[in-house]
Amino acid sequence: MLFPYNTGMKDLNGTYAKDSSLPAALKATVPVMSGYVVLGMGFGLLCQSSGFPAWAGILMSLIIYGGSMQFVLVGLVTSGASLLSAALTALMVQARHLFYAISMVDRYRDPGAAKPYMIFTLTDETYSLVCTDEIPEGCDPDRYRFYVSLLDQIWWVGGTVLGVLLGEVLPFNTAGIEFAMTALFVTVFVEQWLSTRNHLPALIGLGSSLACLLVFGPSRFLIPAMVLITVLLSLFRTRMEQKEAGQ
Amino acid sequence: MNLYLFTMILAASLVTVLLRFLPFWVLKGRRTPDYIVYLGNVLPYAIMGMLVVYCLKETSLLKAPYGIPETISVLITVLIHRLRRNTLLSILAGTVCYMFLIQAIFR
Repeated sequence: MLFPYNTGMKDLNGTYAKDSSLPAALKATVPVMSGYVVLGMGFGLLCQSSGFPAWAGILMSLIIYGGSMQFVLVGLVTSGASLLSAALTALMVQARHLFYAISMVDRYRDPGAAKPYMIFTLTDETYSLVCTDEIPEGCDPDRYRFYVSLLDQIWWVGGTVLGVLLGEVLPFNTAGIEFAMTALFVTVFVEQWLSTRNHLPALIGLGSSLACLLVFGPSRFLIPAMVLITVLLSLFRTRMEQKEAGQ
Repeated sequence: MNLYLFTMILAASLVTVLLRFLPFWVLKGRRTPDYIVYLGNVLPYAIMGMLVVYCLKETSLLKAPYGIPETISVLITVLIHRLRRNTLLSILAGTVCYMFLIQAIFR
């Protein structure tokens, strides 16, 4: 079995204590599996239909490992965007990962050799599983969280590989498959809208982007939109924090 | 093309890795600045709005089919999500709807 580190807990016989972290993690990641495999397949198919070589999509799932950013990157590459806009877009789209990491600093104080990997794999879904302090019984927290992180990425990369293979062998008409990305963002947008009463940030995002799209055109609006969003959010800070406190 | 593709992937990866690791390097138990906490709360909502616009940026309302397939598919996605709140179902419904519309109706 793959143990990147051991827990140091030995039982009376001097062997390492029986640990149920792997089966418990497997069970915990089942909901993520269905989502990651299906979305990963959609991503793999999109890469294939965009004419990318097979390694590209798989490499993205391995070293970027962030659904939204990977989908957007396919669009950026197809439209020939600059490196700067790729980096800035990654900064904005992935900014929330900063906050996942912030809240894990204490929990990931000393998980051993796997620590860098566990930090790298803090995606939305993995974070939602590892941020809780309720670890299943009989599990070492660090090892359980490591398995959750590893399994989630296996589902994601596995889905991508399946999608790439499927796009290669199946001759079905994939025209329009790129709408999966639109549907993904629309769904998350609606979900966020329903989860809060303060709709100003969402409206600032929509409004600034639409305004910049009209002014700068489809191939140049992204960077000005990101700047405008940050400026507006900063300007409205006092108002929104008062609103938050008033609720 | 391949070198460009590779450097684009690398750039996105570097920024992502940096964001995930930064708090572990600089914070080490110190308090996060209030402004950063605030941005962390509101930015995801705004960025999702931006990404929706980004996805639909090439849709022309002035040329046929006047954005009709996009409008219908977005509405279906929103509707299904309001009714069932099942992310996968909503994405699947919207995508299948769009693929059907552009392959069978608005050709």
